[in-house]
Amino acid sequence: MEAASTTAAGARAVPTLGPARRRWGEQLIKALLVLAALLSVLTTTGIVVALLRETVDFFGSVGVWEFLSQAKWSPLFEPPSFGVRPLVVGTLLTTAVAMVVATPLGLGAAIYLSEYARPGVRRTIKPVLEVLAGVPTIVFGYFALTFFTPEILQGLLGVEVSIFNALAAGIVMGFMIVPTVASVSEDAMSAVPQSLREGAFGLGASRLQVSLRVVFPAALSGIVAGVILGVSRAIGETMIVLIAAGQIASNSLDPRDPHYTLASFIGATAKGDIPTGSIEYKTIFAVGTLLFVLTLVMNLISIRFVRRFRQVYE
Amino acid sequence: MIGRRPVARRAQDLGFRLVLLACLGLSFLLLGVLLYDVVRDGVGHLDLGFLTSFTSIDADKAGAEAALWGTVWLMGICIVFIVPVGVATAVYLEEFADQSRWWNRLIEVNIQNLASVPSVVYGILGLAFLVRGPLSLGNTVLAGGLTLGLLVLPVVIIAAREAIRAVPPSIREGSLALGATQWQTVWRQVLPAAIPGIATGVILALSRAIGETAPLIVVGAATVITFNPSGLDSQFTALPIQIFDWISRASNDVNDYRPLAAAGILLLMILLLLMNSAAIWLRNRYEQKW
Repeated sequence: MEAASTTAAGARAVPTLGPARRRWGEQLIKALLVLAALLSVLTTTGIVVALLRETVDFFGSVGVWEFLSQAKWSPLFEPPSFGVRPLVVGTLLTTAVAMVVATPLGLGAAIYLSEYARPGVRRTIKPVLEVLAGVPTIVFGYFALTFFTPEILQGLLGVEVSIFNALAAGIVMGFMIVPTVASVSEDAMSAVPQSLREGAFGLGASRLQVSLRVVFPAALSGIVAGVILGVSRAIGETMIVLIAAGQIASNSLDPRDPHYTLASFIGATAKGDIPTGSIEYKTIFAVGTLLFVLTLVMNLISIRFVRRFRQVYE
Repeated sequence: MIGRRPVARRAQDLGFRLVLLACLGLSFLLLGVLLYDVVRDGVGHLDLGFLTSFTSIDADKAGAEAALWGTVWLMGICIVFIVPVGVATAVYLEEFADQSRWWNRLIEVNIQNLASVPSVVYGILGLAFLVRGPLSLGNTVLAGGLTLGLLVLPVVIIAAREAIRAVPPSIREGSLALGATQWQTVWRQVLPAAIPGIATGVILALSRAIGETAPLIVVGAATVITFNPSGLDSQFTALPIQIFDWISRASNDVNDYRPLAAAGILLLMILLLLMNSAAIWLRNRYEQKW
């Protein structure tokens, strides 16, 4: 045998722990797995390439400055005007309304779940929040248009709004985002070590003081992450706004007026079968680029904040 | 001083607890009112005729057959796409990737970010690359299903990674010590143990995909279609698209499309309920405690 002949030389004195031979099947499988993982990178690249290619084309016929500075958005009328400001105003306005609803409700729910609720109560509340998170956005849109505006805003509260308005869309969108804010901030609060709470209780603090002065500050980065993620969802939400906020580009800062947003413009314009290369086709991509950049910035900030609270306590 | 806390502070504490409960209560109230509203508007229209007739100008005769079958096709395509790709990505990231390498961290951050890209942007991706451009599939059910698949892929990957991570290292070590290769360990030990978690993740991903409207609008799902999909290259509509069409149509005294929209929503919510129940059942039935 070969082993016998090599003992004399001492070459095999230290046995290797690696595989006896190269397994090509294993290598092939690993290559396939890498390929699958790369598909997600390819998706991001695809999004960026798809958006930029047509956007560059769009800015060949419309000036960048005109796009960003002009106050009028009417790309499909003669003469067309390509000022994106009204869409940005509409987006920020509906997002602001949504966050005014979602931030306090989401944080309140998170504090209750993390600091007050008994385990049994948590187990019943969390699935209900998951149901709220799982309702398709088109259902929220239907609800905002057919119930919230006529019955609640115009009826119960007596607010003078048109049937399409940014207020109802924003408020209903806020409720849609509550579970997002609640679940991310609850994770952050639950990650705060029990010893901090026990220390505060030992010094005679009440549950209210422990929640607001110990747990809340300690979990702040995670809470910020949750709120930013909520903002990102509000900016990108299409169907609620498309259905309930009307489709009128407006610079008005009054949420009772109808508004167009970046996302709802894309939804409304893409509805027809628009020819490739036409100016309508290109506006979708230009507006889409702006939307993508806005949400990307929000997401990256949020991911950074989540990392921060993980590093501190894990 | 040791004793009961002063009354004022206890009142404050109780008040705060009530405020917190009100936050939850308000959210639950809205969900309740929403469900009540949809059931009230739609339950009268939801019958067998609704499921077996196509959409029509005449509101009394309109149904959601094409939309229902369109949704079934979309979900079928979605599942065939996301299960292998999602599980393979998760296996790579959990079992093979060296987390200290920058490219593997890049893939992770990338997936986290993809999970929160607005769905309408996925529609743009589908429009530019699947419907037109390099693949040129046209406004077909295949393009729609793949677009939805790309949209929910991060959900599957994240759930599958958690399920794989929950399998204790001792199982892997035992397998490797007996001489199994890394892939044999993954395929025969880790994946079978992770199946319940993965299946739950896949169902949750599908329940997100089934309600998505915006990306399908952008990739050109048609609204008025009076035939069921006959193949991958068939034109299609889907439940959310049909609902959106009914919501946007102007109703008059003769034809009221709102109850149709509500009935469509009810149908969609029933499907969602079934899927979520299946997920919960799977989780409870097969969950392993190590």
